[in-house]
Amino acid sequence: MTEKGVSRSFIKPRDKYGWLFISLALILLGVLLFYPIVYSLYLSTMSSKGIVQKFVGFGNYVKLFQDSMFLLALKNTLTFFLIQVPIMLFLALILATILNDKTIKYRGIFRTAFFLPAVTSLIAYTILFKMMFSLDGFINGVLLNVHIIKSPIPWLLDPFWAKVTLITGLTWRWTGYNMIFYLSALQNIPEEIYEAAKIDGANKVKQFFYITIPLLKPLILFTAIMSTIGTLQLFDEPMNLSQGGVTSATIGPGNSLLTLSVYVYNLCFKYMPNFGYAATVSYAIVLIVALLSIIQFKLMGDKK
Amino acid sequence: MKKNYSINRILVYVFLVFTFIVSVFPFYWMVAGMTNSAVDVIKGKMTFGNQMLNNITTLFTTYDMVRILFNSLKVTGFTVLGILIVSSMAAYGFQIYSSPAREKVYGLIILFMMVPFIALMIPLFRLIVKMHLLNTHSGLVLTSIASVFIIFFLRQSFKAFPYEIIQAARVDGAGEFRIFFSIFIPSMKSSYAAAAIYSFMASWNAYLWPLIILQTDKQKTVTLMISSMSSAYFPEWGVIMTAIVIATLPIIIVFFGFQKYFVQGMLGSSLKQ
Repeated sequence: MTEKGVSRSFIKPRDKYGWLFISLALILLGVLLFYPIVYSLYLSTMSSKGIVQKFVGFGNYVKLFQDSMFLLALKNTLTFFLIQVPIMLFLALILATILNDKTIKYRGIFRTAFFLPAVTSLIAYTILFKMMFSLDGFINGVLLNVHIIKSPIPWLLDPFWAKVTLITGLTWRWTGYNMIFYLSALQNIPEEIYEAAKIDGANKVKQFFYITIPLLKPLILFTAIMSTIGTLQLFDEPMNLSQGGVTSATIGPGNSLLTLSVYVYNLCFKYMPNFGYAATVSYAIVLIVALLSIIQFKLMGDKK
Repeated sequence: MKKNYSINRILVYVFLVFTFIVSVFPFYWMVAGMTNSAVDVIKGKMTFGNQMLNNITTLFTTYDMVRILFNSLKVTGFTVLGILIVSSMAAYGFQIYSSPAREKVYGLIILFMMVPFIALMIPLFRLIVKMHLLNTHSGLVLTSIASVFIIFFLRQSFKAFPYEIIQAARVDGAGEFRIFFSIFIPSMKSSYAAAAIYSFMASWNAYLWPLIILQTDKQKTVTLMISSMSSAYFPEWGVIMTAIVIATLPIIIVFFGFQKYFVQGMLGSSLKQ
């Protein structure tokens, strides 16, 4: 903006103000973001027991592949990512498409209601879900009453159902949030495109797959990457769904909810602290986020 | 053809109403739970009971609720204020005085936005310990006021500000900081509101980082208290529901009061580019 119509000599004397305005943020980000990233990398080459540290080079990274707890946490985290993110984004797209239809009544009320879960704190909704999904709790009560099931489902007592509960909770919390992104983008798509498709004989389903999805591709990519970062950091929910919260012996039945972030926390604050190895696991998370983002870019960002 | 269309219509409405119920029901259940005993809550009682006064009394007598609410307000208030000052100055600096060198810095910062917090946690924790700020609110606030996301969001919305106004003020002899404080800030109120709401929500709901820094009951925030209440051997679910309602209420009020800014804040104008 400034380059246009303003000669360089006019800007020059003010250059120092540019630095002045960003200086506070730069100092803070340097200490709170840049330094930790570099220091983590250094730590990840060290092994520590309490305050004793020794250099192990890539040793920690090799150790990752033999660490059954890490592999379990990795498997769990990727399961949540692969199942939950597509379900949620697809649902969000459908809801956004429906609410973009101007002939639907009470659109404003629906939109507000669908977005409402996104304002609750992760802890609040997790504990609500923990109560609703207890063995003789609300959900089982409803399902038994309408005869969908014959005996109560052990939601939080069985490894498989515990995962289902967490995925349900995540979908409840984040679908409306993603819907808002799609909805605001859909409002920018000119209606003539859909009109033309209708004349060509494309029904709503075809319009959805051949017009809406391709046009929203960049945004779907954006939300997918944001969700990837979020899922790889899952912490509040698995921790608080577990019996006993932070102090619980296992994260979910049979550690079925153990995620990578929870594992990092446990390595630092629950077991005998090994900050070096914990830093290695946290760097593994960074690498996985980067890798998954690149894959998604390749899958979706090919055609411009 | 016409009939087929209306059946589809009905299915769409059934789907919408079902999603509506699923979205809103936990909020109803939370309020109903506030009025019920622990046993009734865990058994999924859906109707209102008569335990509300009891639950509220227990919450405020057994737990130091007033102090805890004050802690949350204090931490959140200072964090939001800090984020707004630091981030808006940075966003202004990047946008109004754009230069190739600063664009490079900006690109680097944005790249770091992708790094999950968990990867920063250990060094930050050690830093806090070294600075003797463990278990203090100032430690928590100090480590929370640098937000790349808010810098990004504010810069995006600052792009709409007409540069001519700044040039005109300069011709009139106004200093650079005066232009920022008395001309720019007042005219960008809605961007500030959106950023404030977003940071308010993030800070009020924060869990992992406060959990690590704040270690005694005296320093705890509402989120931490709810979490530890529910991990007790015999959780008092009715009381917990009451605490959840109290913790959620401020955000719901902010949400309905400023819905427009709120949605804008969530979107972070990522779409405008």
